[in-house]
Amino acid sequence: MVDTTSSSATTGGSLMARFLSRFGSTNRMPILIVIAILWLVLMLAIALSADLISPYRFTQMDLRNRLSLPVFMGGSWAHVLGTDELGRDVLSRLITSIRMSLLIAFGATIIGAVIGVTLGFVAAHFRGLIEQAVLALVDFSAAIPFLVLALAVLAFFGNSLVLFVCLLGFHAWERYARIARGLAISGKMHGYAAAVHQLGASPWRLYGRHILPNIASTLIVSMTLAFPEIILLESGLSFLGLGIQPPDTSLGNMVGFGREYLSSAPWIMLAPAFVITVTALCVSLLGDWLRDRLDPTLS
Amino acid sequence: MTGGTADLLDACDLARSYMIRRGLLGRSTAVRAVDGVSLKLARGETLGLVGESGCGKSTTARLVLGIEPPDEGVVRFDGAAMPRSGTSAWATLRRRMQMVYQDPLQALDKRLTIGTQIAEPLDIHRIGTPAEREQRVAAVMAEVGLQPHHAGRHPQSLSGGQRQRAVIARALVTNPDLLVCDEPISALDVSIQALVLNLLMDLQERSGMGMLFVSHDLRAVRQISHRVAVMYLGRIVEEGEPDAVLHEPAHPYTQALVSAIPHPGKTASRVILQGDPPNPANRPTGCAFHPRCPVATATCRTETPDLKPRASDGRRVACHVAHGEASSARAPASLETC
Repeated sequence: MVDTTSSSATTGGSLMARFLSRFGSTNRMPILIVIAILWLVLMLAIALSADLISPYRFTQMDLRNRLSLPVFMGGSWAHVLGTDELGRDVLSRLITSIRMSLLIAFGATIIGAVIGVTLGFVAAHFRGLIEQAVLALVDFSAAIPFLVLALAVLAFFGNSLVLFVCLLGFHAWERYARIARGLAISGKMHGYAAAVHQLGASPWRLYGRHILPNIASTLIVSMTLAFPEIILLESGLSFLGLGIQPPDTSLGNMVGFGREYLSSAPWIMLAPAFVITVTALCVSLLGDWLRDRLDPTLS
Repeated sequence: MTGGTADLLDACDLARSYMIRRGLLGRSTAVRAVDGVSLKLARGETLGLVGESGCGKSTTARLVLGIEPPDEGVVRFDGAAMPRSGTSAWATLRRRMQMVYQDPLQALDKRLTIGTQIAEPLDIHRIGTPAEREQRVAAVMAEVGLQPHHAGRHPQSLSGGQRQRAVIARALVTNPDLLVCDEPISALDVSIQALVLNLLMDLQERSGMGMLFVSHDLRAVRQISHRVAVMYLGRIVEEGEPDAVLHEPAHPYTQALVSAIPHPGKTASRVILQGDPPNPANRPTGCAFHPRCPVATATCRTETPDLKPRASDGRRVACHVAHGEASSARAPASLETC
């Protein structure tokens, strides 16, 4: 898989690096961050070009080559990462799964952040009853085990990709709401936000132009923490049979079905598990670094 | 609206209470931070507001700007009543009344450059084209003594004096009629205080705006003000010409304040007040100052003095003794209500 995408990934990576180097021209990017960016760009490139680069269709079965070994364990080049119990090519399934999981994780993280920050700002702006209502919702959401809520929603409304992404988006919204409300209130009470209010700024300008950029570093860190969680949550739900339904596939779905062959054919599960771990790690590293870079008050 | 002869700002009997609660189950009590303050300010005039911390100076400043609504009383700006905070009429009025803050680093957004922030009032009120805004920002920056290259800098890379100049520039960019300065120099180095004071005086002379200068620094107030009002526990106790008030204070509290100004080489008798500043939640009866007053009489404990002109020279003062309504026999201050 590296052979087919490395050229596009490196050009994309250097562009990204040049873009990011504008944030801090004084010191060079740590090598770990370069690796993290390259990995994430590679994942994005795979997700975008999944149909072009997968050697087989991800549902295509090759019954004569069931459970064939990957190349590095002595298998044939026909199936680089081996095949599963139905003879489906693991590499092709991995590529399709990366697209699905990235879509879900990005979509859900952004939905959660938008809902949480909006409600947090609404609470901070109006105070009083509206704030109490938002806080009650936050406590309610934090008190219900998410898995129970997900089971109920998926059982009642059936399963579709859009619903699934929205559902996962509700996973961590209360965290963003708490952060956004707390920081907005403390900013409003004294300091720059009070000064901007006195200048006659509208709430849109106050929250969009001043408070949001000032709390963005905290939110970005929170998002990078939520991103791997959502990948894992999706894996868990898919594993329980509530998430992505076969024949569609996702990383968690692959791990779930590969578990049965863990001792006899570990490659089915190890490839998606590796991708989940490395992607989650890279997002965390990048988020931490971005937080420092995007904050001009840190020198 | 009305002609230039009317007062720019007319605040009448302002009162503002805050609820505080002591302890977990304590009953909440009202603290009257400002209690019946009346102010008048004409164009081109500077009114200094002095008093110790907690006496309600900053609350008065916020009430005057309409950032908070008063519980009682009215603020009239240029003849019209102040709209409620947050309404569009109030927001529109912001271009005519601006504020300078105590801590310039807090008042500026650390993420935006100085130039962007100085231009912000123009963006908010949609004044001029982008090119005109740029010119206006450059002009006002030059006026307050900032270099053009400072426009691209962030607040934390400027010195304290430069930051306060930036805050002043942001306040002045819309050519306001009223500038409220809330302790504008107390967070600055002594060497920079004089520069900022001179800057404010120059700017006022040129633009003819009215200025409310809130400070606990008597000498700064004396230097910059045309009139000075002394506040104690939410009320104005004395008001008059700064030289007259600070040379011959009529109210015992002002006397104590003035005697606290250090004079090198001069060992004048200093009035040292007894006791702590009283708790505004538990206001003494009568004159609020009587528990600490060296000349308090029985009348002072029961009757609240009004702020009215003194018979001899017309100085406005709120004290029974100064008005000669009570005998000024020097009695030891009682501390019973503290």
